[in-house]
Amino acid sequence: MPFLHFLRDGLKAMFSGGRSYWMWVGVLGVLVGFGAWNYAHQLDRGLVVTGMSDQVSWGLYIANFTFLVGIAASAVLLVIPAYIFNRPAIKDVVLFGDGIAVAAVAMAMMFVLADLGRPDRVWHALPYLGRFNWPASLLAWDMVVLSGYLLLNIAIPAYILYCHYRNREPNLRFYFPLIVVAIFWAISIHTVTAFLLSSNPARPFWHTALLGPRFIASAFASGPALIILVFQLIRRVTAYPVQQEVIRTLAWIMAVAMQINLFFVVAELFTDFYNEGTHAASIRYLFLGLHGFDSLKPWIWTAMILNLIAVIILTIHPLRNSMPWLNTACVAGFVGIWIEKGMGLVLPGFIPTPLGEIFEYTPTGTEIAVAIGIWATGILIFTLLAKGSIPMKLGRLRHGRPQEKSH
Amino acid sequence: MTGNREPRDAPCPRDGSRREFLKNLGVGGVATIAGTGVALAAPNLGGDALADAWSDFFQDHYQRMTPEELANALARIERRARRRFGVDIRCEDTPPLDGVVFGYALNISKCRGYRECVEGCVRENNPGRDSQVQYIRVLEIDRGTMNLEGSDHYYDPETVPRPGKFYLPVQCMQCDDPPCVKSCPVEATWKEPDGIVVIDYDWCIGCRYCMAACPYWARHFNWTDPWIPPAEINPVTNYLGNRPRAKGVTEKCHFCTQRTRKGRQPACQEACPTGARIFGNLLDPTSEIRYVLENKTVFRLKEELGTDPKFWYFTD
Repeated sequence: MPFLHFLRDGLKAMFSGGRSYWMWVGVLGVLVGFGAWNYAHQLDRGLVVTGMSDQVSWGLYIANFTFLVGIAASAVLLVIPAYIFNRPAIKDVVLFGDGIAVAAVAMAMMFVLADLGRPDRVWHALPYLGRFNWPASLLAWDMVVLSGYLLLNIAIPAYILYCHYRNREPNLRFYFPLIVVAIFWAISIHTVTAFLLSSNPARPFWHTALLGPRFIASAFASGPALIILVFQLIRRVTAYPVQQEVIRTLAWIMAVAMQINLFFVVAELFTDFYNEGTHAASIRYLFLGLHGFDSLKPWIWTAMILNLIAVIILTIHPLRNSMPWLNTACVAGFVGIWIEKGMGLVLPGFIPTPLGEIFEYTPTGTEIAVAIGIWATGILIFTLLAKGSIPMKLGRLRHGRPQEKSH
Repeated sequence: MTGNREPRDAPCPRDGSRREFLKNLGVGGVATIAGTGVALAAPNLGGDALADAWSDFFQDHYQRMTPEELANALARIERRARRRFGVDIRCEDTPPLDGVVFGYALNISKCRGYRECVEGCVRENNPGRDSQVQYIRVLEIDRGTMNLEGSDHYYDPETVPRPGKFYLPVQCMQCDDPPCVKSCPVEATWKEPDGIVVIDYDWCIGCRYCMAACPYWARHFNWTDPWIPPAEINPVTNYLGNRPRAKGVTEKCHFCTQRTRKGRQPACQEACPTGARIFGNLLDPTSEIRYVLENKTVFRLKEELGTDPKFWYFTD
């Protein structure tokens, strides 16, 4: 029964900590409850409590979903240097990348669930019991790749941690094939999410072959931004050492990805505006406003400025190597891309409608509250996973040996 | 509660074993009890509501239900309408007609923008009145352009037609290669043998991907529990048609399956005072719609998207 002990001891480690740990978990718990309470209200009244409409039928929820799939995919940026290029410093922290991936996929799934009109019928999507429209429906593909990615990102670190727990070396020959699968799988989850949108000629704004590459580029920018910030946090509040080399590598990847992403945005703008047709209506609405409607304009320009700030900082070596500057770039890039590929990408697809109607969307308080609840759940998931795995990773928690004191 | 036909697709072995599985969960038993309750009449409403909710939850996909399950589902729909609206409706399962594929043609030069079709459709198809779902949208467009972006969806002058304008009614085009059907992750929407794209409102999970996929903005969502004043309910309903819908599911024009599959005109055609609308069987060489397609210069909206709409426009 060592595996059950592993789970028991892991759970025990998750739920033991100092006062500041419990305060942190408590705050997250309150936010989760706040989101759940608002979700209950949405279940009761229907999606009418959101700002969505027949015109703009996806909003804040799906915007967060597309963004978070990118965050999940970017865990691969730790997996590749750790296992393909054998960088020991990165191998030491790759588990946290998996943890972020698990939390991000869980959040992405919760956002889709929150968006459903009939969550009581999700079982209709189960193969065998329900009717699963695979391979025709891209949403069916997304369900497959997201669940698969979630399993991979639980299975691989669980195996490695379990080996640590049993005090033996993980057998690379055993789990390396899974790593390779996970690498391709990471790219696939975000490609499928891009295809989910770009496969619709009904929505010219999404219907571009550049969407897939753009998603990957922005994911590889926003993901490292988050990971760099999280690693510094781990370094500060736990005993876990994260070497500076890891952060330098991630910052370098982020610099390149941000540059490519900005280039893609320029390519889109040029193609749509040089000979502007009716297909450019959505992008005009987004950047300049259309027939007097321009509620997204301040958002997208904020995003552009934030992304530009991030690119400039990351491109100048002395700035990138200074932590305060790097952190500024990370926050700017993370927020900038959250706007650009979240609301800035999902909403204009619906404006104007295929029949040329312009109807704007603003999320309601309920929607924002549910979104906060889901983000808090994701952060809580990551907190617990990190809390449970750090003592095992550090060798403090071993099978048959009580856990040593930690903070 | 009439299972007035054989199931279209014989259940395959896979479905059979699935049914076994559900029976083992005890669902079949509850469905039988609910069915018996109806047969014996004198239903206790409170008890029914609970048993119905249970059976609704486990209700199978339309195409997989046995005649008995379908009959029970129809009975539940009728009871639900009685509970919610206090109205006795009749819900049937009207099969498609053999050798029929429906098509629509609309003469733009005759359309004068009265929106009688919109109102006829609402009266017929039981959409929520508070949610203002309408399957047909009439666009008022400046003469000299076909740019939909410049169209007015909410024109409201004293009299129509207004000078310098023409009117373009748009509804579900019943595409032969429908992107909505492809997009649905749970096969809750599909193309019937008579070419009509239908929705099983009891199977839809409300993800609204079909709404993103539709190039004609034909699909509408029940953001709230749709309410219809009882006096305005059309009690003659069809499972894959105008039966009252629930909260959280998508709906759209279905060429009035409850009428057209019984040889009647769709409500919009009946309501149109100008004779702009031509509806009929595309497979019948003597039909009026075939005459229009063969003798008039017709066009289809957004034909370049390749969805092969079965809705044409023409001018005199």
